[in-house]
Amino acid sequence: MTTARFDLPSTDQETQPFWDALKEGKFLIRHCNACGRDHYYPRPFCPTCWSDDVEWKQASGRGTIYTYSVVHVNDLPPFHERVPYVAAIVELEEGPRVMTNIEGVPFDELRADLPVVVEFKAISDDVTIPVFLRNSADR
Amino acid sequence: MSWNKVAVVGAGLIKMGELFDQSYEQMASGAFEAAVASVDKGFEPNQVEAAFVATQRGTLWGQEGIGGNTIPTAIGLAGIPCTRIENACPSGSDAFRVGAMAVASGVHDVVLVIGVEKMRDKSSEEGLLSRAAAGHPIFTRGETAPVLFAPFATRHMYEFGTTREMLASVAVKNHYNGARDPYAHFQNEITVDDVLKSPSVCHPLHLLDCCPQTDGAAAVLLVSAERAREFTDKPVYVAGFGVATDHPYLHEKDSFTEIKVTRMASQRAYAMAGVGPGDIDCAEVHDCFTITEILDIEDLGFFEKGDGGRASLEGETSLTGRIPVNTSGGLLAKGHPIGATGVAQITECWWQLRGEAAERQVETRNGYALQHNAGGRGSGVAVVNILTNRTDAP
Ligand SMILES: [Zn+2]
Repeated sequence: MTTARFDLPSTDQETQPFWDALKEGKFLIRHCNACGRDHYYPRPFCPTCWSDDVEWKQASGRGTIYTYSVVHVNDLPPFHERVPYVAAIVELEEGPRVMTNIEGVPFDELRADLPVVVEFKAISDDVTIPVFLRNSADR
Repeated sequence: MSWNKVAVVGAGLIKMGELFDQSYEQMASGAFEAAVASVDKGFEPNQVEAAFVATQRGTLWGQEGIGGNTIPTAIGLAGIPCTRIENACPSGSDAFRVGAMAVASGVHDVVLVIGVEKMRDKSSEEGLLSRAAAGHPIFTRGETAPVLFAPFATRHMYEFGTTREMLASVAVKNHYNGARDPYAHFQNEITVDDVLKSPSVCHPLHLLDCCPQTDGAAAVLLVSAERAREFTDKPVYVAGFGVATDHPYLHEKDSFTEIKVTRMASQRAYAMAGVGPGDIDCAEVHDCFTITEILDIEDLGFFEKGDGGRASLEGETSLTGRIPVNTSGGLLAKGHPIGATGVAQITECWWQLRGEAAERQVETRNGYALQHNAGGRGSGVAVVNILTNRTDAP
């Protein structure tokens, strides 16, 4: 009924460096110089201590699956063409959690605490998103 | 000392289901008539001084910009103050709470709380499209309701050994109760095997782990406690309530084994009512998915964290269990017409506390029933209302 797609992010000035870095194969989070904690998604203020002394930091890209679901039904385009896919919360080794997709892992091998590593996936000419693969080096 | 400043003197609902033959206003009108007819000593519609209407999908589903004003006209009360309340899945519970505050404040003596929702007039694709632009640009594109809850099931299973059979037992129990509720959308019993073999929607949740999309309406009449006996010799009082909010995005949750707002809202309601979870005789809780009820019964304090799956499997929440939960069939069987859901749950509590729940009647030893909804983006809002039939409340 529609060819519109609803998976593309609305980028803005505040998050543009994040999107630009993804195209260069870098996954950025933010570091707070006041309290020392990292956060994600990138915000102009630290969500822990509200300091505005925050800066970009390249994440290692390593983490573990905190929890996940295999989505079998989603009528929204283009997700309806992608099912089944894995929606997951990944806990980065720096601490923050990321809502993302896991790719390339057989569904029956998915589990919480599975080591994963970031991969960069272009979903349009302008947008690259972070997804996660099994981190075989960590097995 | 329970709060007990406001009494529920009437309550009713219409048969839930796919009500293509009824308009939004017709459904509301049916629920209002049922509530009026339930008042023991009689009730004239024009005694209603103000109304609060709960509809969650107003702005998305064809009620754009209408506010609260179609309902008074539909029920013959054009002119009365009427406010529409939209607060995600707890919209009906919250309209009830706001109605109770309106009476307790002394501004109104007699208030109508009505919940009404049209869910089936649009396809699920249209429903998703209508909110597709919502969500977070980095995180939540393509979000559906099951994907907000399935990750909680995965983590609960991982940490506590909760099984799919335990999840399924919630659906089996609620369908058993729904088969005994003439107002329920689904009135058929199911088996654990039916649930396990139904199609996977969002692993580990299968089709019968999910509540249906349902049209429906429910209404209750609230009056000041001093005037309750004008309407009935069996008033049910509002003992306490609580509301809580949390981050809207899943990645910001502290825990995937609890719905934090449920715990917070219930603690506020228990404190206000002067009771604890052990005083509750029965509860209507938010079982949009089977995992949600397991989280609820832990977060409301009925069971230890991690023990909800076992308790469900072993029948501790059945009609004859230690704490009967969702005697009406819950969202899973009675249905989830969002704005109406909380008001319909209040109606079930009202029947239970008055001994009028027929085949579903449970023992109400302490005289307290609890009603709960959680929802919104990332289950970021919850409302708990506690009702009592006790006038000598502690
Ligand atoms: Zn900080």
